[in-house]
Amino acid sequence: MGLAELRRDRRAAIAATLAIGIVLAVAPFVIGATAGSTWLRIVDFALLYIMLALGLNIVVGFAGLLDMGYIAFYGVGAYLYALLASPQFGLHWPLWAILPAGAALAGLFGVILGAPTLRLRGDYLAIVTLGFGEIIRIFLNNLNAPVNITNGPQGISGIDPIRIGGVSLAKPIEVLGFTLPSLHAYYYLFLALALAIVFVSIRLENSRIGRAWVAIREDEIAAKACGINTRNVKLLAFAMGATFGGVAGGLFAGFQAFVSPESFSLMESVMVLCMVVLGGMGNIPGVILGGVLLTLLPELFRHGAGPVQQALFGKVVLDPEALRMLLFGLALIAVMLYRPAGLWPSTRRRRELRGNSA
Amino acid sequence: MAMDTFLQQIINGLVLGSIYALVALGYTMVYGIMGLINFAHGEVVMIGALVALTVINLLAGSGLPGIVIALIGLIAAAPVCMATGFAIERIAYRPLRRAPRLAPLITAIGVSIVLQNLAMLIWGRRYHSFPPILPSTGYEIFGATISGLQIAIVVIAALMMAGLSLLVQRTRLGRAMRATAENPQIAQLMGVDINRIISLTFVIGSALAAVAGLMVSANYSIAHYYMGFILGLKAFTAAVLGGIGNLAGAMLGGILLGLIEALGAGYIGDLTGGFLGSHYQDVFAFFVLILVLVFRPSGLVGEKVAERA
Repeated sequence: MGLAELRRDRRAAIAATLAIGIVLAVAPFVIGATAGSTWLRIVDFALLYIMLALGLNIVVGFAGLLDMGYIAFYGVGAYLYALLASPQFGLHWPLWAILPAGAALAGLFGVILGAPTLRLRGDYLAIVTLGFGEIIRIFLNNLNAPVNITNGPQGISGIDPIRIGGVSLAKPIEVLGFTLPSLHAYYYLFLALALAIVFVSIRLENSRIGRAWVAIREDEIAAKACGINTRNVKLLAFAMGATFGGVAGGLFAGFQAFVSPESFSLMESVMVLCMVVLGGMGNIPGVILGGVLLTLLPELFRHGAGPVQQALFGKVVLDPEALRMLLFGLALIAVMLYRPAGLWPSTRRRRELRGNSA
Repeated sequence: MAMDTFLQQIINGLVLGSIYALVALGYTMVYGIMGLINFAHGEVVMIGALVALTVINLLAGSGLPGIVIALIGLIAAAPVCMATGFAIERIAYRPLRRAPRLAPLITAIGVSIVLQNLAMLIWGRRYHSFPPILPSTGYEIFGATISGLQIAIVVIAALMMAGLSLLVQRTRLGRAMRATAENPQIAQLMGVDINRIISLTFVIGSALAAVAGLMVSANYSIAHYYMGFILGLKAFTAAVLGGIGNLAGAMLGGILLGLIEALGAGYIGDLTGGFLGSHYQDVFAFFVLILVLVFRPSGLVGEKVAERA
């Protein structure tokens, strides 16, 4: 494959990196100019989902622990930002204090979830994590009485936009006589953090911890026999994954200026899980691909399904939202049946699923 | 709270628990035989409820007695559910029988999403209400009321569970099912057609789901495309609580979970000094699930399954 060649040929690798860098740098201007700000907003969301998917990839892809309540950590990060930087409590903390706090709190929740579930595996773990995610959502939904903390189902609005060095990203920014629109600014911020998470993921994958995760995924008993402290290493996977989710959640709250429990439903967890699984569990480029595809395709469909039906039948016959989810479910089944390792699987996974022991 | 409220919550819990138990049987049968959680089972219940309700609404003005209409609704819903269950197994599970465990779980989520949205396309997003065709006379017991419908739900559920036990323990088919659950390879060597047995397991579980679907929609007078998910989750909790793979356990777990929920929702306000209210009802099931899985993963009456989990 091309990738293997790139790894050998240093000059080609540098050229490819440069090319990708230029594409990523000009992307918001090209998209903003051709497809409009709606799509640029969707691209910003795609970057958030990539962060989420990479976080979940640590838990599911590397360590093989099926977590179906992952969105709860996103919710924890988002609500922490919302509570510390909004009129809700009259607090207006700066970003550099909230994001680490959100990451830490989400990480703590990761450990809280991880600790009692250490003995569980496979589908049992899936159900417990699912239950955990729902518990968090139900609490967010109901903690408005008798003491109003989360403002219940209405959610928290009027959240402070993200400010960097006193410059708010919610308004166009003047830099040297050049105006950077808000969505573009958010794009670069999210891109920078997504790249940081990619970098951390790659370094983790090849580290001692990353290898320990893979060992646990392959055979927990054997891993234990090799001297891996499976308890700590598994807890670390939960905590690391949750931390990424917490960061993404904080960014989401600042970007959206509004959070409500609805954004953290089970369907969202399933969505992120699907990004990881369809893209290629445990393979970082695959997971990124999954994140991009599953954010963009449903949106394409959402914008396309109505008008196409209008043109064909003269009216909207089928609910586009239901149709979108229907196709999504079918795609999930089809990929599992025909490409169980995902669209862009890691070489190790591909070998495993082919059944060779080598 | 007074004695009569306590009794009322017990009655509500029993009714709820009977429904959970019927759905839980579907989970536990499939798990017992294939070691797999049929995530889409809740959606089968939802389809049963909506099909039955559609037929019942069509016949509501026909002048037939209410019980006959409900029966016709059930007779219409059962084959649809059975066909759905059969198709789920064929499409989503059979091709993946030798795949890693994650694969069938994800196809199951896929099937669940597909069924839910198919139902949304067919029946729309709105809530469908159950017409008032069944007699609503209530009977007083020590200050608590129980309606004819509630008595019927508990009795019918008990009869169905007894029937299923007989089927599994006393018939040739039941013996084949138990053999397949014990060891599919050996069962096959003994001449059991395990593919047929697995299909039949799904079909029987789905028939029970159809009954449960009718019961839920009659009990709450309502049905909609999203009802299957939370119901399925609670029934699964019930199955785990009793000991997954064990039929008696599913029944016990269902009843117990119904009681926990009803009493919990009734008393949580008093217990927490008004801090948490009855809208936390759904949280109980999840807490029970987590506690059971952590402290007694084999459930109340199940065998040890820790390594399979």
